[in-house]
Amino acid sequence: MYWLKKNLPKIVVAPSFAVLLWFVYGFIGWTFYVSLTKSKLLPNYEFWGIDQYIRLWNMPRWHIAVENLFIFTTLFIILCIFIGVILSIFLDQKIRSEGFLKTIYLYPMALSFIVTGTAWKWILNPTMGIEKFVNQLGFESFQFDWLVTPGMSIYTIVIAGVWQSSGFIMAIFLAGLRSIDDEVVKAAKVDGASTFSIYFKIVLPMMRPVFMSAIVILVHLSIKSYDLVIALTAGGPGISSDMPAVFMTKMAFGRSEIGLASASAIMMFATVSAIIVPYLYSELRREQDAK
Amino acid sequence: MLNKKNLSRLFLFLILGLFVIYYITPLYVMIVTSLKTMNEIRDGNLFSFPNAINFEAWKIAWSGRGEGTSDTYLKPYFFNSLKITIPALLISTLLGALNGYALTKWKFKGANLIFLLFLFGTFIPYQAILLPMARTLGFLGISNSPIGLILVHTVYGLGFTTLFFRNYYVSISDEIIKAAKVDGAGFFKIFFTILLPVSLPIIVVTIIFQFTQIWNDFLFGVTFSFGEHAPLQVALNNMVLTSASVKYYNVDMAAAIMAGLPTLIIYILAGNYFIKGLTAGSVKG
Amino acid sequence: MATLKIINLEKKFNQTEVLKGINLEINDGDFLVLLGPSGCGKSTLLNTIAGLESSNKGEILIDSQNVNNLEPSERDIAFVFQSYALYPAMNVEENIVFGLKQRKISKENIEQSLDKIADLLKIKELLKRKPAQLSGGQRQRVAMGRALVRDPKIFLFDEPLSNLDAKLRIEMRREIKKLHQNFKTTMVYVTHDQTEAMSLGTKIAIMNDGKIEQFDTPHNIYDKPNTTFVADFVGSPSMNFISGRIEKNDNDIVFLSNDAKKEEGININNLNIKIPSSGQVIFGIRPEHLFLKKEHALRVTKDTNFVEIEVKPELYEYVGHEQIITFNYLGQEILGKFSSSAEIEINKIMKLFIDMNSVSIFDSDTKIRI
Repeated sequence: MYWLKKNLPKIVVAPSFAVLLWFVYGFIGWTFYVSLTKSKLLPNYEFWGIDQYIRLWNMPRWHIAVENLFIFTTLFIILCIFIGVILSIFLDQKIRSEGFLKTIYLYPMALSFIVTGTAWKWILNPTMGIEKFVNQLGFESFQFDWLVTPGMSIYTIVIAGVWQSSGFIMAIFLAGLRSIDDEVVKAAKVDGASTFSIYFKIVLPMMRPVFMSAIVILVHLSIKSYDLVIALTAGGPGISSDMPAVFMTKMAFGRSEIGLASASAIMMFATVSAIIVPYLYSELRREQDAK
Repeated sequence: MLNKKNLSRLFLFLILGLFVIYYITPLYVMIVTSLKTMNEIRDGNLFSFPNAINFEAWKIAWSGRGEGTSDTYLKPYFFNSLKITIPALLISTLLGALNGYALTKWKFKGANLIFLLFLFGTFIPYQAILLPMARTLGFLGISNSPIGLILVHTVYGLGFTTLFFRNYYVSISDEIIKAAKVDGAGFFKIFFTILLPVSLPIIVVTIIFQFTQIWNDFLFGVTFSFGEHAPLQVALNNMVLTSASVKYYNVDMAAAIMAGLPTLIIYILAGNYFIKGLTAGSVKG
Repeated sequence: MATLKIINLEKKFNQTEVLKGINLEINDGDFLVLLGPSGCGKSTLLNTIAGLESSNKGEILIDSQNVNNLEPSERDIAFVFQSYALYPAMNVEENIVFGLKQRKISKENIEQSLDKIADLLKIKELLKRKPAQLSGGQRQRVAMGRALVRDPKIFLFDEPLSNLDAKLRIEMRREIKKLHQNFKTTMVYVTHDQTEAMSLGTKIAIMNDGKIEQFDTPHNIYDKPNTTFVADFVGSPSMNFISGRIEKNDNDIVFLSNDAKKEEGININNLNIKIPSSGQVIFGIRPEHLFLKKEHALRVTKDTNFVEIEVKPELYEYVGHEQIITFNYLGQEILGKFSSSAEIEINKIMKLFIDMNSVSIFDSDTKIRI
């Protein structure tokens, strides 16, 4: 009875922890193992080596997906941070309608990627959307068919993605700005710095941790992009806006190539880990140092 | 008075205003389109006002065109999502609270490591577990059912809920707990009588976060269910994707709005908590 | 070096009045201390002088020039903050010259000023370090350096020593005093610590609830406090307050404590007091102005202006270099401060001698000195 009481905390956490070990780490382990086999429709547990990875990297389609991921991630990060920083600085200027504005800038985050994708699909519709609107304004030769143009469809995903997530980046930068010691800003005012100088020479350099958090979150969101792509372009036209997440699902459930799909999933996992692990490590170090 | 101060204030409001337009436009377009007839859509453009406010598209989006048609409509799937979301969020929140409590107020060996593993777990791309999960659900016989999705969402929500409660409880003074222990209170007593009453803020944050995550999910929904058991976002996507001869844009937009309305309403009512929920995990790490 | 004059300054935060009509004037080279409890408005006043806060009414004149509409950087002031407010992303050198760079001072001038200040404050070895790598005391000196290098008309200090430990605080206090003696710059200094205020200031403004209770030299504030608030705030332990009344007994004016009988009065003829209408007063005497032996009293007062009273010691606190005794005087509690070598028996009725030159009488209702 005493043993029960003494170990109660551990017992309480145990089920969740077991679930975590099995459904997260165990499953990842399984996926990793399958990526080293010849599995097609059903798992074949005979060890095959890294040939699935070689197959993977020899596929043009995978290359397109990775390239798209790279393009998307870069633009996504740059635009979201740029917009987020600008908006947060502007909102930091003691405006009365701050609450209202924040609500407007952030509401896209409340919507699912499917809703976002559906809305933007309509706006970017080649014949009925923006193109038609501008045409009706008098610019008859204006064309906006990125959605159905192989090379450009990836950029439509950028537009929708930035719309959805930039408000969130603004929110975390605003929180960061607000946590800056007021007296440092006052000192800069006494020193005669203009508002612009204060933000760019003093305040923003102090926000390195927030920049790090923002980049990590955005990279993470980007790698997981599946819902948005499906809703907006379904990876198309053709496979021109394919992304690793979409690739994996298509291979796993469409083409019955679960070995290959597992390999692509592990590639995604490895990439995320390569960024998250150092980040978590440095964050925890900071927490320890602060104690 | 057009001095430097007022000029820069004007510039400020101009930029802020432009961004308001940028963010509001899609919502505006969705609403306006959903209230038009197909004729109005064909004749007009994205931003034109409907001639008369017409909820026909909304009716169709919700309950379909009537018997005999094979279109997707939202009503049953809306309730599917409800059936899945509420149990999953309740279970994951409760477990997350207990976990966060146990990990922070009862130091035992490995508590930090366990927390780290939970934390890392929240970052994994779900592609890495889709296949084994599909097989497991099939094996358990809950493949294409609400129970299956409840399980999935609970399991993968645990990391987040534990994270939220853990970070919250870390900043609650240990001394209160110690005093209660000295007074002889046990694990659950302390939790229910001391900690829970002051946990309202984080409970609200967690529930809002979980609701949004689960309600807005598509990946799990489309992978682990199909047909009549699918959740709302999957149904929405199916609706919009139908390669039927005629695309009913107004119905699509009405459907999209309806699918997004619950989370949007929660956001408008409890926006602050929502933002806190999103930033809680990230700014602190 | 400059004069500072504040006329009828008022400030509101939303609906709350934080400064309720401040009037002050100090000369070139004065060291003005704004002293008061938390919330009295002293920091707000300082920030308003600096231009970091705006005022609702009133004028601020630096060297007879109205600076109300000037930005902080245009007022030729320097500010040392409580938390030092060093720029974390810059090293010490960059921190110090940042203001000079903003004013587009020439490179040679900047280097000269930097050298001089770094030598003076002994921070030459720290120049390339970042604030996070400095100790509290070092950061303080860098903050001072940043202010000094501007060679301003007025130095403003906002509780700069509050974040330091006791020993360091006393050391830095002396450094600031030395600085004032050497540079003779006009300084305005905010603190809640009365020892700091008394030792540093040439003029002290005691503030309470947005108003100035007394603006005077440290000596006058200590010896002749204007109100019971001032009397209570300065001095440790604070002044004893005995409630009672004043009566005219034939030709004598006598103070009678509340429960005193007619014979137990204290003769206050020498004080030349105007008797208030209600007759109710507060008799104030500091613990250090109570003596155990007639000879001590004689020595201090140099004449016979002292009065004998009967008291019963009830509590004693030994503080190392002295002892503080709590006495019962006719039902009211008073404290006395004596050298620790004196021997006092608790609960044995004894005599105390009051130095009448140091007595303050306050009107009971208005709390103002009579």
